Amino acid sequence: MKTYPEFCEWVVEFIRRTSVDLPVDVENAIDVAKGAEDPGSPADNVLNVIKENIRISREQSTPLCQDTGTNVFYVYHPAGPSTREMSEDIVEACKEATKRSYLRPNAVDSLTNKNSGNGVGRAQPWIHFEEWNRDDVWIRLMLKGGGCENCGTQYALPDRRLKAGRDLRGIEIVVLDAINNAQGLGCGPGFIGFCVGGDRASSLSEAKKQHFKKLDEANEVPELRALEERLYEKANTLSIGPMGFGGKTTVLGVKGSYLHRLPACFFVSVSYMCWACRRRDMWIKNGEMRID
Amino acid sequence: MTRLELPVSAEKISELKTGDVVKISGVMVTARDAAHKFLIEHFIERSPAPEEKDLYDKLSSVLKDGMIYHCGPVVAEENGKYRFVAAGPTTSSREEPYESHVIEKFGVRGIIGKGGMGDQTLEACKKFKSVYLHAVGGAASLLANSVVDVIDVYMKEEFGVPEAFWVIRVKDFDAVVTMDSHGNSLHKTIAKASSEIFNDLIRKISKG
Ligand code: SF4
Repeated sequence: MKTYPEFCEWVVEFIRRTSVDLPVDVENAIDVAKGAEDPGSPADNVLNVIKENIRISREQSTPLCQDTGTNVFYVYHPAGPSTREMSEDIVEACKEATKRSYLRPNAVDSLTNKNSGNGVGRAQPWIHFEEWNRDDVWIRLMLKGGGCENCGTQYALPDRRLKAGRDLRGIEIVVLDAINNAQGLGCGPGFIGFCVGGDRASSLSEAKKQHFKKLDEANEVPELRALEERLYEKANTLSIGPMGFGGKTTVLGVKGSYLHRLPACFFVSVSYMCWACRRRDMWIKNGEMRID
Repeated sequence: MTRLELPVSAEKISELKTGDVVKISGVMVTARDAAHKFLIEHFIERSPAPEEKDLYDKLSSVLKDGMIYHCGPVVAEENGKYRFVAAGPTTSSREEPYESHVIEKFGVRGIIGKGGMGDQTLEACKKFKSVYLHAVGGAASLLANSVVDVIDVYMKEEFGVPEAFWVIRVKDFDAVVTMDSHGNSLHKTIAKASSEIFNDLIRKISKG
C-alpha cells in the first residue's frame, strides 16, 4: 500500500511470529500449570510435551500447531490510510505466509469442499477495521484453530435444562456447562472468553475478542471480574485436566465482557481457545514497525 | 513406556491398557474428514472401481495391521520432496460415524488423534483388536520432527493438503493409549467424573 510501502512484508513477519511463538503471559501460565501437576502424571506428561513443542517451534521457526486457524485481524488506524489497500495487503501477506509454511492452507469452499490452496477465501482472513484518534496504527492478530472453535457455544437464557436464569448465577452455570462439555476436545488447558448480551453475532464475536486480553489485564467491571475469578476456580475443580487426561488445570484463564441486549434476548456466548493461544500486536509509528 | 513397531500384531495391541505411554515407529497414513468419507463411499459401501483399484491396494497394504493418524499437516515442498513442518493431531470425534467400518474393513490396529472417540469405535476396538492413541493436541512441531520420511501422498489435488492421505514413516512418535481393546476409555471415565462435579457445582450455585 502507498502509505506504508513495506506493509505487506511486515504483516508476513507478523504472521510468522504469531504462528511460531506464544505470548509471554500464555507461556508463563503453562509453566504455572506444569508446576501444579504431580510429576509423572499424564497431565504432567502432556504439559512437558507442550513446553518442548513451544521451545522447538520457536527455535525452528515452525508453526506451534498445524492448524493455523482463522486469521483474525483487528486494525486500529488514524484517518488517512486506505483500508481497502491495507486489506488487500493483508490478504496478500496471508497467501505469502501460506507459501512459506507459516500458515496451513486453511480455506475450504463450504459448498464444493475444495481447498482454495492459497490460504485465503471468503472471511479468511477475517479483518476488522476501526478508525481511532491517534496517529499510530495498531494491528492485533489471533490465529484461532478449528478444534477449539468447535467447542464454542451460545446459550439463550433462561435455560430450562440447566435451570439457568437471566442473572449472574445463570451466566456462571452456562459457562461452566460449556467448559464441562468441551472436555479435552479444545486442546485444553484452554482460555475461556465469554460475552453476556448482544445479538447472536455480536455476542459471539465479543466472546472471541476476549482472547486478545492479556491474562493480567483486570476487568474494569467489578461484577465480571469477580465472576471471572469464580469461574476460573470452579472450572479447575472439574479435574478434566490437560488434553482431558485428568489433572489440576482445566482452564488457564477466563475473560468476560458484556453488551447491551434486546429485552427479548439474553445470550451468553462462550469461546474456547486452546493452550496454543496465538495472538500478537503489531504497531506502526513514524513509518517504523514493531511486533510485541 | 512401550515401543510399537508397525505393522503390529493383534496380540501386541491386546497387551495395551488405557494410560500406557507408547512410542510408535514405522509406516502409517494420515486420514481425516474427506479421506474417511471417501473410504466409506468408494471402498466399503461398494467395491473399488477399476480405476481406483491401484489406490485401494496401496491403502490396504499400509492399513493392514497399521495405523491411521487423524492429522491435517503443514507440508513444505523442497526440490520435489515433501517434508512435514507441523503435524499435530486433529479432533477425532468427527470420524466416529466412519471409523468402526474402516477398522473392520482394513484391519487397522490403531487410530491416533485427539479428544477420543465414541462407543461405536470403542466397540470396534474390542471386537477387532485395535486401540485409540492420543497425541498431544497442538504439539505440531514436535510431532512433525518424528516424521522422518514422507513416502507418498494420495488425493492431494482432490482433497487439498490437510485432507489428503499422506503415507509417512515415523520414528518414536509419542502417544498415550486412551481407549484400549478391552472396552476401557479414559475419556468416558474423565467425562463421568467431571459431570458429577459439575452437577454438584450448579446445585450449589443455584442455592446461592
Ligand atoms: S485446538 Fe488449537 S492446539 Fe488444538 S489442534 Fe486446534 S489449533 Fe491446534
